[in-house]
This record gives sequence, structure tokens and C-alpha cells, in this order.
Amino acid sequence: MRWLAGLFFLLMTVPLILPNNYYLTVLILCCLHAMNAVGLCLLVGHAGQISLGHAGFHGLGAYASAYLSTTVGLSVGWSMLAAVGLTAVVSALVGLPSLKLKGHYLAMATLGFGIILSILFTETVDITGGPAGFVGIPRLSLFGWELTRDIALYRFVVVILCVMVWLSFNLIHSRLGRALRALHTSEKAAQAMGVDIANHKLFVFVLSAVFSAASGSIYAHYLTFIAPASFGFTFSVELIVMVVLGGMVSIPGAIVGAFFITVLPEFLRAFENVEILLFGLILILSMMFMPDGLAGGWNRLWAWIAARAKGAAHG
Amino acid sequence: MDPSTLLQYLVTGLTLGSTYGLTALGFTIIFNTTGVINFAQGEFVMLGGMMSVSFMAALGLPEPAAVVLAVIGATLIGALVERLAIRPVRHCPPINLIIITIGVSILIRGLAMLVWGKDTHALEPFSGSAPILVLGAAIMPQTLWVLGVSLVLLSGLKLFFSATIHGKAMLACSYDAKAASLVGIGVPRMVRLSFMISALVGAVGGVLLAPITLTSFDVGVMLGLKGFAACILGGLGNPFGAAAGGIILGVLESLGAGFVSSAYKDALAFVILLVLLFVKPSGLFGRKDFKRV
Repeated sequence: MRWLAGLFFLLMTVPLILPNNYYLTVLILCCLHAMNAVGLCLLVGHAGQISLGHAGFHGLGAYASAYLSTTVGLSVGWSMLAAVGLTAVVSALVGLPSLKLKGHYLAMATLGFGIILSILFTETVDITGGPAGFVGIPRLSLFGWELTRDIALYRFVVVILCVMVWLSFNLIHSRLGRALRALHTSEKAAQAMGVDIANHKLFVFVLSAVFSAASGSIYAHYLTFIAPASFGFTFSVELIVMVVLGGMVSIPGAIVGAFFITVLPEFLRAFENVEILLFGLILILSMMFMPDGLAGGWNRLWAWIAARAKGAAHG
Repeated sequence: MDPSTLLQYLVTGLTLGSTYGLTALGFTIIFNTTGVINFAQGEFVMLGGMMSVSFMAALGLPEPAAVVLAVIGATLIGALVERLAIRPVRHCPPINLIIITIGVSILIRGLAMLVWGKDTHALEPFSGSAPILVLGAAIMPQTLWVLGVSLVLLSGLKLFFSATIHGKAMLACSYDAKAASLVGIGVPRMVRLSFMISALVGAVGGVLLAPITLTSFDVGVMLGLKGFAACILGGLGNPFGAAAGGIILGVLESLGAGFVSSAYKDALAFVILLVLLFVKPSGLFGRKDFKRV
């Protein structure tokens, strides 16, 4: 767990050396995406259940929170809690039938659900504002504590992210985590050992949806504007890519993957139209040369350096 | 309800459905030989349409020549994709392969945007645009082209798989790649062939569709998803089920758009799919021995 303390310290001190607020915005987005990636890492990496619809849960958190705080007039804190609760219920209802499916079928079911949600965000104009977006969402404030400055919001986001990571880490190393890994390897063997696979899968599915919804509701209250384009199929794919790039089973990897995928377009923006092309190329090449993700690549690089250092010492 | 309106919706649905079916066919051909879901399948469809437009405008070719050239071009790109992106990683877990095909689709879309820009392009209908009136429904000549060519392509593939040595070899790969290679079938060659055939089928679909629904660099995304949906609807791994799945999806979508709401027509396709997955996950025409755990 030392790395988590290190991560917390690093994330908290980075803003001190940033030249301007633009970088802070990117950092906040990185952390929000990392929340999604950590949840998805539990689901995809540890439980072995692929989801191509998590952008939908992210959007549900964002829209529900925006609607409750702006149209209904609930306080932001309660709106966010209610949005996360609603997403938990919806994800449980979707998860019950979906998680009986496997492989490509589960991918298709979650993908279909994500697309249905993103079409709803676009078409229910009275509630969501339609393609033009939802405007005038209040800034984040929690039960009387206003987070008006970006730096205060950033610190809040870092704390939430670290809490999520801490929870996930404990989960992985608990009985439940071992049960998940068992069912990832072989559902039949896990069942024979007495693991309640249906409930375990559902629990992780709901947990990952809750992480996504929390991230989505913070996103809505940070930007004060949301549009359906941010919660479509492309974003679901990006989320999966973050996890896979990070190395699937590695939570630190998922965070690095999230930061990488979020920051990459910011760097590529200098190349304008070539941006999307390079993004595709980087995906292909990193999968080819680092099939076990950035985490695996890092480990191999480290092993290589260690071997070289040892060789140098001996000879 | 007016029968001519119903007929009109059916015709529209059949037309759209045929192109979904052709995309789905491409998915299953690759899935059968490699076990990979190729997320770049929609991009082959886009390439077919865009390249035809380009060859006509840039080289001043007559439409039939441009179309043939575009389909050949897309087929070669299919081979290139297999050689450069799939073969080097064929031993990776399926999820990595999925990510790579997603990367390929982003790459092709990015290249298309650089080459053709973000504008939509139109292709002339093959034999004019004077509608044929049948029982009060207007049928565009292009619709007949779509249905006719799809049918020819489908029968051609059926013949290919049942009567040619290459087709049988590909089927053998789909049952058991290791056993196929033991009896002397060059599995890598079959994989390359499957990518070429599915790119060809996709591109033909794109060429047929371009005069009806305009084409642009990003039409492949939704078409790919609908094709994937059609594939699952018909039963993954069954090419003719996939084609039928596409037709069913197209017709239901067109009826839904006509009688319920056109805003939700894309959602309808996926709602039907979800219901089917929950009730009968092996698809309408899937194998009976599908394991549901």
C-alpha cells in the first residue's frame, strides 16, 4: 500500500509546479477517468467480465446528478448521492440478465445497453437538453462546503480516487478478490469450490458502475455543462483501452493507462488532423509490443535494466 | 394501416437490412477462421463507398470501373490489415486482438479523414433515380441493385464454402485450426483469405449503400455496430444466419422508425437485440449446443 501513499502525495503536490490552470483541468479529467478505469479493472481484469457500455453508467451519473440539482433543485451533495444510488440500481437490473452471458455475447449486451443510454441522452430533449447539451449545472459543493476554486475541487477528486483505489485494493486481497480471480480462470471450478459466482459477478459489476457514476457526477458539476457526445460508444472503448493498456489486472496500471489516454490527445492536438490517426497507431503498436500493458512493459524494462546492472557488476 | 405504406417500410427495411447483412457476413467470415471479432469491419464498408466516389472524381473513371477498382482496393487493404496488424499478434488473448482491431478502425478512419476530409460524399445511383411504382410503393432502382447483388454474393459464398477446396479448407479452420493444419491446410493463408473476402463483402455493401445514404469518413462506426448486432442476432459463427439477422434488423428498424419514432430507430435495434440475448443467447439460427452458464 506504500505506492498508494506515494500516489496521493504525488497527485497532491503536482499542481504546485504547474504553470497554469489548463494543466489542472487536464489533471482533474485524468483522475476522473482513472476512477472509471479502476472500477473497470476490477470487472474486466479481475472478474474477467468485459463491458463495452460503461460510458453509459458514467453518463447516467452525470445526467441524473445534473437533472436533480438543476431541474429538481436538490442540493449538489444529495444529487450526487442519489445519482450514484440510481446508477447502482440500474446496473444491478442490467447486470442480472447480462452477466449470464459470456465473451462476445456479454460484450454485445453491454455495448447495446450503452448505446441505448446514449440515444436516450440525445433524444429526451426535455430532460437532458438533447444534442445541444445540459447547461447551467451548479458547481460542486458538498453540504455547505463550496469547491469554487479548481484546486479545491482537484484535491477533492484526488481524495475520492485514492479512497476508491484503497477499497479496490482491499477487495482484491480479500476472500472476494480471490473468488473473483478463481471465477476468471474457470467458472466451473470456482462454483465447485463453493463460490457464488452469480452474486460475485453482480457485485463487481455494480461496484464498477458506481465508480463510473461517481466520476460522471463530479464531471458534470465540474464542467457545469454536459453533452451526449461525451458518453457514447467511443468513450466506452477508450475506457477499456485504458485498462488494457495498463495491463488488465493491475490497478496502478489502470491509473497510468487512464492518465496516458487522457493526456495523449492533448499532446497530439499540435498535429490537428493527424491526431486521431496517431491515436490508432499508438493503440496498435502498444498492443503489439506490450501485450501485457504498460505495467508489464515497465516490469520487463526494469528486469532488463536489473540484469544489465548485474552483468556490469560481475564483469 | 395503409398496405402501400407498409410495403414502402418493408422495402426500405430490406434495403438497409441487406447492407447490415453484408457487414455481418464479413464479421462471421473472419470470426469463423480466427475467432476474432474485427471491429474494423465497418471501415471496409466505408472504404468501398469513399473509394468509388474518389476514383470517379479524381481519375474520371466511369462508375462501373470505379466501383470494381474500389472493391479491389478494399480487398487489398483487408489483406494488408491482416498482414500488418493481425498476424504479428495472432497468439495474443482475444481481448488484445479486439483492441487491435479497434485501433485499426481508428487508424483507417483517421486516414480517411485526412484523404477525403469531413464532408459527406454522394455516389450516383447505378441505374438512374426514377422510382418504380409497385402497389403504391415507390421502389428506387438502387434498391433492386442492393437486393440483387446481396443475393448473388450470398449464393456465391454458399457455393464457395460448399464446392471449392479453399472454401472447405476455411470451414475446416473454423472447426479446429490445429486439426486443419495437421491435414495440410495452410491456416495463415486461410486467415488472410478470410480477411480479404470479408473486406470485399463489406466494400460491396458500402458501394451499394453509398447512393442511398451518402457516405463520409465516419459512416463505418454505426454500420459496424449494426452489423455486429445482426451477427449476434443470427447466431455468431453462422454466415447465413448473420445475413438473415441483418435483414430482420433492417426491417424491424424501418417498421419501428415508421410506426413508432424515427428518433429511436437506432435504439430499437439494440433493444430487440438485448431481449433476444436474454431470452435466447445463441441467436435465432445459432447452434443448439451453446453453453449458457
